Amino acid sequence: MPCPDPFHFYTERRLVRLTGRRARTLGELQRHLREVSGASVFYHTHHAFLSHHFQRPVFDNDFASWTKEALQETALPEQLAAVDLLSFTAIRPIREALIAVIERHLAAGASADRPCPPGDEFHFCESQSFVMPTGLVAATTRDFFRTMARVSNVSLFFHFFEARLRLGRTTNDFSAWLAACGDTQRARAVDRLDPYLVSLDELRQQIIEIGDTQNAA
Amino acid sequence: MPPSLTPFVRDYEPIVGPEVIDELRVLADRVAGRRLQNINSTAVGGGVAEILTRMVPLLRDLGVDVSWDFIKGDEAFFNVTKAFHNALHGAPESITPEMFAIFEATTEANLSEVPLTGDVVLVHDPQPAGLVRARRGGGQRWVWRCHIDVSAPDPRVWDFLRPTVEQYDAAVFSMPDFAQQLRVPQYMVAPSIDPLSNKNRELEPGHVDETLAKYHIDPARPILTQISRFDRLKDPLGVIAAYRLVRKRQDCQLVLAGGAASDDPEGLEVLREVREQAADDPDIHVLLLPPFSDVEINALVRASTVVFQKSIKEGFGLTVAEAMWKRRPVIGGAVGGIKLQIIDGVTGYLVHSPEGAAHRAMQLLADPDSRRRLGDNGYEHVKQNFLLTRHVKDYLLLMVALDHLGEHIVRLS
Repeated sequence: MPCPDPFHFYTERRLVRLTGRRARTLGELQRHLREVSGASVFYHTHHAFLSHHFQRPVFDNDFASWTKEALQETALPEQLAAVDLLSFTAIRPIREALIAVIERHLAAGASADRPCPPGDEFHFCESQSFVMPTGLVAATTRDFFRTMARVSNVSLFFHFFEARLRLGRTTNDFSAWLAACGDTQRARAVDRLDPYLVSLDELRQQIIEIGDTQNAA
Repeated sequence: MPPSLTPFVRDYEPIVGPEVIDELRVLADRVAGRRLQNINSTAVGGGVAEILTRMVPLLRDLGVDVSWDFIKGDEAFFNVTKAFHNALHGAPESITPEMFAIFEATTEANLSEVPLTGDVVLVHDPQPAGLVRARRGGGQRWVWRCHIDVSAPDPRVWDFLRPTVEQYDAAVFSMPDFAQQLRVPQYMVAPSIDPLSNKNRELEPGHVDETLAKYHIDPARPILTQISRFDRLKDPLGVIAAYRLVRKRQDCQLVLAGGAASDDPEGLEVLREVREQAADDPDIHVLLLPPFSDVEINALVRASTVVFQKSIKEGFGLTVAEAMWKRRPVIGGAVGGIKLQIIDGVTGYLVHSPEGAAHRAMQLLADPDSRRRLGDNGYEHVKQNFLLTRHVKDYLLLMVALDHLGEHIVRLS
């Protein structure tokens, strides 16, 4: 079955904007989380995947890292890291899930006012994204998997991490296109990959291997 | 050693890959026809001049219409701005109404001297900040680029500057900690290193050994190094204390290398204290390096087994990125921009005390695999986030962003 349209690989470059908001306590973190832009929530839950592409994520989001390192919390960082980003297709439920975790923790008796050490405040940032075509285009599924080796980490990030939030569905650009080409088996295989548990380099390799497996068959 | 020549954009391609260079060309095309005018206070000396010296030719090579202009000022003006600089860093300074008057008068004089021809005017640091009052209409954009650690500024000076900064279209700071309460958008653009500069480029064979021989450092034994000017905030005495703890268990040498300007009495005092602490230990090498010792610094870092940057307070701390670029494992104080560069346990170690520094150094000296892992991760982290090409990209994106300040996603065809 021919593909209805070629796949155009896009990339994205970001500038980081500083909001001027900072939190010293869990209470302040919760309050700002309610008020900051969606771009800020996205930045703090996702930027580490791109800036630390060579390693597997430990605590995946800045909120988990900060509550662990600056506030010396123990269970809360784990609970924040456990918010299943893969299951969300919009920023608002991510924000609500994070707030709910903090609220439960406070309701269980944690202090909302214990400050972090001076200099360890949480500074809210947000992304301004600039989306550009890469010039890489795949007309067929064979082209697609061949091209994957040349796709940058940033492009991978755009099509895998941001796609779900952009498309509003629990899939990524690659799977959506492969399915439209009639390659439902590999579309599902790619869709089953969990980008939150591997580095971007590993994710690319996994996608390539899916293409190789089908070719071998 | 030959000085590093002004490189071309293509010279960076083997380092960062063709895709990064292609993107720079796409972004440069995007801003074609717009002039980027940089304005600072001096062409020589200081970090701003150093970065613009490398960046402006690269932008030109990309086809960007870019210029670099300077304000003029007398000794009184630069004494005032030095005091403002220290005060913005949070240091105690005597600030008088006369100082503000001098600043205003010099700004006024420069308004008729400096041609403000840019479509985007990028003003660096406080000295030229007041030029914004001459902004013309018709789409001219002004950006204030602050290179200073203003996380805890003296309110007298900041309150004086803020109304001026709020006349800009945007402000840029080096770290989230430096963000202020401003009525204009604020961006973060981290500093960067130039992989092709004398301080960071690959060295000719034998140069490292020559440098070690010059300073009587034994290449066959482990070397712990800190490269910093002699300043209490870099905690050189804490580094010596850490070294002494390590020496109880493991053989090693310590190199403390840096400069101290002759007009910096405190720096010379710290150097004296360091030499006293080093006493007659032949394995502590306290090196007072002259200006323009970049190649020797390069060699010393490359020779090191472990690099310290055990600062007590730090703005950004590019010495960390410089060491990581050379695949050296870095142990850094958990302060300032060091925390952006060192991911604890991944690209280096963050510590809070001489004991912590010693503990990590002992671990690393005993474990070559860990040293290699941290070194390789550090290199990748710098390559992704702290190279000059990223810095150029950010400024080009900023030029685009100035027409899209309210948008989170901008689609470029």
